[in-house]
Amino acid sequence: MEVTQRELVTMIHGMLFGGFFLLALFGMLILLLERSSPDRIEADVNTAQPTHRWQTLYFFLLIATGWAAVLSGAYILYPWYRAVAPAGADLALYPKFLLTAHPYTAGWHNFGMEWKEHVAWIAPMSSTMVAWVMMKHRTAWNANRVVRSTVLGFAVAAFLAAAIAGGWGAMINKNAPVEGGASIQLMGSAR
Amino acid sequence: MTELKQVPQSSAANGPVAAAVLSCGLGCFLLGVLAVAGDGSKNVAAALNFYNPTGALSGVTTVAIALWLICWVVLVIRWRNKSVAFGKVSALAFLLLTLGLLLTFPPFGDLLLGR
Repeated sequence: MEVTQRELVTMIHGMLFGGFFLLALFGMLILLLERSSPDRIEADVNTAQPTHRWQTLYFFLLIATGWAAVLSGAYILYPWYRAVAPAGADLALYPKFLLTAHPYTAGWHNFGMEWKEHVAWIAPMSSTMVAWVMMKHRTAWNANRVVRSTVLGFAVAAFLAAAIAGGWGAMINKNAPVEGGASIQLMGSAR
Repeated sequence: MTELKQVPQSSAANGPVAAAVLSCGLGCFLLGVLAVAGDGSKNVAAALNFYNPTGALSGVTTVAIALWLICWVVLVIRWRNKSVAFGKVSALAFLLLTLGLLLTFPPFGDLLLGR
């Protein structure tokens, strides 16, 4: 059982960074909804408890995986994806050209990748802002309903942006996977 | 004791949160504008090509993120101890976020570019 180097990087980008980020964003939405309830706000105001350490760690991991996902995508995988195929080359190693070579698959790049490569960045930007507000400005969160709705709105936008980017990424990779590089043996061959 | 704690909660300065929200909306909008501009003009795309293997995407995202962070720092400094009209800031931030999301949607960008 083996994978190529590029397949392994794709898995780390999509399943580790992207997958964890999407799950963590959903968790953050639930956390924000729970912290928006009147009972919880009243309890927070009366006791003025600091943010739990595990919650701060959660926000840091959320932000780190979000930025790791977009940065690894843009600066490691995207160059492999969009590399120009020389004349007569095997297009299987050039996913963008493999997709755009046929009108039936061109939409995966012209619509899917064009959308994904830009909308993805809105997710870490928005979630960084949301996490910062929740870690540093809980007083303003507790004091004002408009603050809560606004921050929650940006958290929803972050989740949608990440879901769009992740969904398209999975489908594009299904149609034209990024392949190549050295083979990495994961397990011994089965007899 | 409870009442004493509630007073600063309700009168807390919302300036830093407003700065964070507005700058984030602006950053998303700038990302969309730069994405469409890079798609519509070869000169803009060439100018935004900071890292050749990634192409114009490198400049689009680097410039948008840099402007977002600069705007955030400037607004936080200006609004550090102030309370602003958060409803207006929120409406503007959501408008910018929505436009940013729309501009990253290829059919909308193509429509603006007359394709």
